[in-house]
Amino acid sequence: MTDATAAPGAATIPGDLTASRPRAATRRRFRPNGSAVVIALYLLFLMLPLYWLLNMSLKTNAEILGSFTLFPRNLTFENYATILTDPSWYSGYVNSLIYVTLNVAITLTVALPAAYAFSRYSFMGDKHLFFWLLTNRMAPPAVFALPFFQLYSSVNLFDTHIAVALAHCLFNVPLAVWILEGFMRGVPKEIDETAYIDGYSFPRFFVKIFMPLIASGIGVAAFFAFMFSWVELLLSRTLTAVDAKPIAATMTRTVGASGVDWGVLAAAGVLTIVPGALVIWFVRNYIAKGFALGRV
Amino acid sequence: MNKTVNQKAWFLVLPVLVLVAFSAIIPLMTVVNYSVQDSFGNNEFFWAGLEWFDEMLHSERMWNALGRQIAFSAIILAIEIPLGIFVALNMPKSGVWASFCLVLMSLPLLIPWNVVGTIWQIFGRVDIGLLGYTLDAVGIEYNYTQDFFAAWATVIVMDVWHWTSLVALLAYAGLQSIPDAYYQAAKIDQASRWAVFRYIELPKMAGVLMIAILLRFMDSFMIYTEPFVVTGGGPGNSTTFLSIDLVKMALGQFDLGPAAAFSIMYYLVILLVSWVFYTVMTNLDKRDGV
Repeated sequence: MTDATAAPGAATIPGDLTASRPRAATRRRFRPNGSAVVIALYLLFLMLPLYWLLNMSLKTNAEILGSFTLFPRNLTFENYATILTDPSWYSGYVNSLIYVTLNVAITLTVALPAAYAFSRYSFMGDKHLFFWLLTNRMAPPAVFALPFFQLYSSVNLFDTHIAVALAHCLFNVPLAVWILEGFMRGVPKEIDETAYIDGYSFPRFFVKIFMPLIASGIGVAAFFAFMFSWVELLLSRTLTAVDAKPIAATMTRTVGASGVDWGVLAAAGVLTIVPGALVIWFVRNYIAKGFALGRV
Repeated sequence: MNKTVNQKAWFLVLPVLVLVAFSAIIPLMTVVNYSVQDSFGNNEFFWAGLEWFDEMLHSERMWNALGRQIAFSAIILAIEIPLGIFVALNMPKSGVWASFCLVLMSLPLLIPWNVVGTIWQIFGRVDIGLLGYTLDAVGIEYNYTQDFFAAWATVIVMDVWHWTSLVALLAYAGLQSIPDAYYQAAKIDQASRWAVFRYIELPKMAGVLMIAILLRFMDSFMIYTEPFVVTGGGPGNSTTFLSIDLVKMALGQFDLGPAAAFSIMYYLVILLVSWVFYTVMTNLDKRDGV
């Protein structure tokens, strides 16, 4: 870092020493400084491609290909109408949402007790088991694509939502266990002991007392399971044909005989971003801690 | 926290074990099975021993893909980690603006990977994309489907766009956990901005940065969808990374034996590197966790 950026550095130190100043006032006023410029530039870099996608989704194909315009001249919602009225399009969204929800439910159900065990007890082979779980988060989906296809075909689960949900557990369960274990570690053990002395059985203690205490951790784990299941394509495409086809795979369809339908493609892209954006809004205060896997 | 020894805890772990074993061990065994057999079709297999491994180890194609993969992972780590830290240092510490930044920054992380590819495919096109059009207008030769350099630049910028926020969010979480007292002490000592970074912020971020590097390494080493959508592995083979090559081999040409041998070696490389990171990480945890 050069001196030029270091100069306003005093202001960038977190928990600044200017605490004597009324904090609320400084927070509310937006002061243009070096940091703000850096962040603004970074956010601009992030938003430009997204803006372009949104821009294209609101244009007609004639305008997209005919002229280069920075914003839509003939604003049209035709592309969105196409997607929301055509069953072969919107069923893709429904399919994706179904298997993602199933995946989140399965992941949390199995990961919660396991994370509790890892955070509270030591047992034979626990460390090896924990690392083995993590290795599955590291397994390249490309390695598993073909065997998965054969495995799920042989048990007659091919092209069902549950098949994709189970396949995604391969990397979501280890991650959820890891995150939840981090959060559970932060809960003092005395709470468990007190509850047992008070006569709580394990299941009742777990649901009534323990789960509310790590509610934010559960939220974050659910968020991550949602995220990785929602963005994954290779496995979900390999394991589905028609009935459970995810939206991301449907998008490849726009490349038709008459060339690419750019407007609809862009609109479909924008609609895939919406669920993610909604979910982020609910967990925004825990995102940072969650990405640190509860280990901050 | 000192843990109680309790072998019954195994029962709590059992569901996870069964589920992950179903999704991991059975398919992995299938891969192992293929890797030591040969087939003439008709589902007739015969023992081939380590032939495929031998073939893959001497295959130029695999070494080239591995080389490109390592180059790619190294480049994106070299860009994303410092950039992510830099962004995190400049983020607002609290209030509405902090939430605003967090939400906007997380947005690219939640876009399906092939949509990320599509976004950049459109964005980079010379005829209809903002980036391609602008570069073309200022006279820079840019065509990611034809030109080696443009293809690599696009794939790398795309990955930086996609994942730098993850590093930034992790680093930000690390920074948030530093107590004010540390900064006050630094101020009393009249420490320079660099000294504060080097001796307070960086050591305190070490744990989360390890996670960031681990996650970014793993995911970049497995990258498939995004470059596949944008460049399809081309021009030529110049952006054919390991996963792309593997899928081409296994599902495209149906060369199961070599593809399986390839898979196993690929998996082992990731496992090895991840194990090193993991060990370093748990040691850091132990140091801080007392």
